Amino acid sequence: MTLTAQETAPTTTDGREVLLEVQDLKVEFNIRGGVIKAVDGLTFDIKRGQTVGIIGESGCGKSVTARAILRMVPKPGRITGGRILYYRRPRHPKPGQPQDLQVIDLTTVDPDGELIRQIRGGEIAMIFQEPMSSLTPVYTAGTHINEAVSLHRLLPLKKLGDQMAETIMAYRHVTREEAREIAVQMLRRVGIPKPEQRVDSYPHQLSGGQRQRVMIAIALSTEPSMLIADEPTTALDVSIEAQILDIMRELQRTANMAIMFITHNLGVIASMAEEIVVMYMGKQVERAKVVDLFYNPKHPYTKALLQSVPRLGPKTGQRLASIEGMVPDPLNLPTGCVFHPRCPAFMPGKCDKIVPRWNQVGENHWARCLLYEE
Amino acid sequence: MSTSAPNGRIGETLLEVKGLKKYFPIQRGLLRRTVGYVKAVDDVSLYVREGETLGLVGESGCGKTTASRCIIRLYEPTAGQVLFKTRALSPDGSPQVVNLLELNREQMNRVREEIAMIFQDPINSLNPRMTVSDIIAEPMVIHGKYQKGVSEERIIELLRRVGLRPDHLRRYPHEFSGGQRQRIGIARALALNPRLVLCDEPVSALDVSIQAQTLNLLQDLQQEFKLSYIFVAHDLSVVQHISDRVAVMYVGKVVEMAGSEELYANPLHPYTEALLSAVPKPDPLYKSDRIIMQGDVADPSNPPKGCYFHPRCQYAIDLCRQKTPEFRELKPDHWVACHRAEELKLRGI
Amino acid sequence: MAVATAPLAVPAKRKPISQSYWSLVWYRFKKNKLGVFGGVVLIVLYVSFTLIPEFLAPYALENRSSFAEAPPTAIRFVDAQGQLQAPFVYGLERRIDPVKRLRTWVDDTERKYPVRLFVQGDEYLFLGLIPMNVHLFGIDADPREARIFLLGADALGRDYLTRILYGGRLSLLIGLIGQFLTLVLGVTLGVISGYYGGAVDMFVQRFTEFLAAFPNIPLFMALSAAIPAFWSPIAVYFMLTVILAFLNWGGLARQVRGLVLSLREREYALAAKSFGASDWRIMFRHLMPGTMSHVIVIATLSIPGMILAETALSWLGLGLRPPLTSWGTLLQDAATVRAIRFTPWLLWVVPPILVTIFAYNMLGDGLRDALDPYSGR
Repeated sequence: MTLTAQETAPTTTDGREVLLEVQDLKVEFNIRGGVIKAVDGLTFDIKRGQTVGIIGESGCGKSVTARAILRMVPKPGRITGGRILYYRRPRHPKPGQPQDLQVIDLTTVDPDGELIRQIRGGEIAMIFQEPMSSLTPVYTAGTHINEAVSLHRLLPLKKLGDQMAETIMAYRHVTREEAREIAVQMLRRVGIPKPEQRVDSYPHQLSGGQRQRVMIAIALSTEPSMLIADEPTTALDVSIEAQILDIMRELQRTANMAIMFITHNLGVIASMAEEIVVMYMGKQVERAKVVDLFYNPKHPYTKALLQSVPRLGPKTGQRLASIEGMVPDPLNLPTGCVFHPRCPAFMPGKCDKIVPRWNQVGENHWARCLLYEE
Repeated sequence: MSTSAPNGRIGETLLEVKGLKKYFPIQRGLLRRTVGYVKAVDDVSLYVREGETLGLVGESGCGKTTASRCIIRLYEPTAGQVLFKTRALSPDGSPQVVNLLELNREQMNRVREEIAMIFQDPINSLNPRMTVSDIIAEPMVIHGKYQKGVSEERIIELLRRVGLRPDHLRRYPHEFSGGQRQRIGIARALALNPRLVLCDEPVSALDVSIQAQTLNLLQDLQQEFKLSYIFVAHDLSVVQHISDRVAVMYVGKVVEMAGSEELYANPLHPYTEALLSAVPKPDPLYKSDRIIMQGDVADPSNPPKGCYFHPRCQYAIDLCRQKTPEFRELKPDHWVACHRAEELKLRGI
Repeated sequence: MAVATAPLAVPAKRKPISQSYWSLVWYRFKKNKLGVFGGVVLIVLYVSFTLIPEFLAPYALENRSSFAEAPPTAIRFVDAQGQLQAPFVYGLERRIDPVKRLRTWVDDTERKYPVRLFVQGDEYLFLGLIPMNVHLFGIDADPREARIFLLGADALGRDYLTRILYGGRLSLLIGLIGQFLTLVLGVTLGVISGYYGGAVDMFVQRFTEFLAAFPNIPLFMALSAAIPAFWSPIAVYFMLTVILAFLNWGGLARQVRGLVLSLREREYALAAKSFGASDWRIMFRHLMPGTMSHVIVIATLSIPGMILAETALSWLGLGLRPPLTSWGTLLQDAATVRAIRFTPWLLWVVPPILVTIFAYNMLGDGLRDALDPYSGR
């Protein structure tokens, strides 16, 4: 669904071009017992070649956001508001011709249509947690193959080379031999030893770290302009995690690919992201450049989150600062600011009554907190 | 003595594991002939003092979980000794050091009152068909210590202690969040007043904020009930935070063991050094100079000759490829299994 | 000393009453209309066929009459003069067709007998306890001169509806009792086999394979021949259920074993073991309840098989024998060319069998959806 064709995408002050703009996104799940606002008013953008981190605890809506961008929100969820503008550039424009930029509002695209299938997996690729565990026996063989092509999941009992070649051929006009050659190159780039032999092995013959590297190789083999990485290293050991993060950074530099990095691991995000969005119960509570966020957090939730992780180094204190209480029931959210029952800076009569606005608290720094309102 | 015993809460040795081995046979074919062994735990030696926490770290598949399960004989070890100072076997409750692996079934069950376990997965470790009250009462029922009235009081007390409410008693596990379920698991572990608690990745499945709450709870309970912990985890930051001493495992062996500050500041084994350097630091300005380990973790069914770590070690020499290094006490209370430990200057945090 | 408890900041307002696994299952099941319908049908079937057939049937089971092979009696509302009346039936008169040499029955329009509810008739024990002689319906007549046969009569002049009602009792119960025995055998051996593994597992598995591989009909003939001829029909009946259960437990045991193999590695089983729980306790307190949802579905879906097996075996003459009356023995009478040609009403035994089987399948499907382990909470 092309809204307009225009010459240029919006650019930022540092001259970088915006790739994806999420405006006031809302995703709701209608279940028995009520409506869960899984994502409620999310606004951010990603520039070409930039890494944006989305952090938050389980159930905060970070994975739903990723799925909404690819129009894969599972039932009974649906997008109920907002826009997701994708500034699409033709992959290989002919020289001399103007680069015809399309602006596509992904929220209005048919989720089963041809357009989204070109984008999903091809232009916006996605990788998940440990790839083998995402295979469950209840899926039939048919769903596997369709999902695998668009979501880059590994199928058991099928050679890696074939799986990779099929994905590559689905998005790039190459022959099977060329696709296989690309597959070998990609495996070599992600550091799989002996890639010429490895393409003929099966997923179960690989270790967890190697499988995740293969998944990244598949995702990147289509030359996407953006990669959505949903907890890509959570199931892996630190040494392998570090390798995979290195690979992602390296490929980002060489291919000018944007990354949306979803995680709950503050250590990982600190070394990966340029800008960070913090989510809590479907709401964006803070957004800032990574250094500002870690050194000058504004929202009490962000502050508490940063203090509750144990850090390596000389022992400082005996106890961790912890966020009191539990994550609230998503069907029965607190009034006012959703964080107020757990907030150390709770202001009675204010935080439980007034819904905070999205306040600018510094350069490129926003927070949703009444501390920063009049 | 331990460098990290500021308040004197740490006492004498409670548990000592010597040369523990657990080989799982690999069976093939119709007749299930044994064609080899997975050396999941291959010569582990460690000890825990009263009131202290020993962290057991390593990457997945290094045998840390298997080792902890061998201690309580959930798996029968292939070889070794597990010496435990128990009070359950003597009639007057006086302490007595026994080798758990030599006890018969009935004696072992009596010792199990003193050793409890907390599991990783808060969903799978609680029986979904039992109420919270049944779950916490189970250890008492098994040991014939459940008395109507008295025990119910105790269960409510335990629930309160771990931060749950008495009205949670009649509920089922699926009605709780992950952190609350882990608290139920902790309450169950405390039901028989154990002295040693084996914590198997107790916080790795929890969210960051819940993780902090749970770690604090474990520390408070340790002080209150004079517990000793063996804390199995893969997250080095968490282990450093909670442990007095840390043992690092690689492919079934303990390669280094020391007080946690000593180990993190002055590692003596190249694997420890590499592992520490790979931990992502929650600091965007931190300049990473990570040590890249070549290749993959060794296969425990077919480990390399000599030191198991040598194919990935940047300091390896010929000796490392031929001779298995001995696990020795290089500095007081700092044990290491590396041929070159004296000469190497390794980087800590 | 600092206490690390985290008071629940947000009091849970929802769900004041705890929901157990089974109440959630019930909630999901209720939403499946077809499953509920199957369940209701089954309740109706079991009540009317096993509890109160004596009351529903107009005659006693062995009440013979001279009206051999009388066709179903029509209930009439309009008499020969074309006048509307309360429901009544005509008397029957025997005719011999001299050409075809056949006996037929025709209505004797001179004799009219009103159909009544709650008429007095043959004595019986209500629910096996209370002596009664009231039947749901019947006609006001001396049973020697006129009868009501809604579904016709058999060769001995017995009311066929009565026979179907009484026959259902044995057929429906053999399914339940047989399935119960199958469950006990299958679940116990499956749990033991899965939990212990090794030699025990090997033995149980080979034995189930042996049972599965053995041709059923010869085995059944052998077992049935082994039942002494002097045993009472009731003893034979129980023997038959035991035999059916014995033949059927293998499949169930294999499925339970598979489930136990996966449950055994669940941490809650390990947790119980770490506290020193006995094998018995782990098997039957922790592992077996985890298999129950599957077992119930499997059992529900295989009760029809039991009923059909009884029917088929009795039809082959291997199972129940007259004077016991079951749907199988009734089918035996109906399944001759002569019966289909001259007394087709004897096939009325088929619809109740079909309804029972459909109802079980609907219930089973409904339960499976409600208990489906993959559908999440």
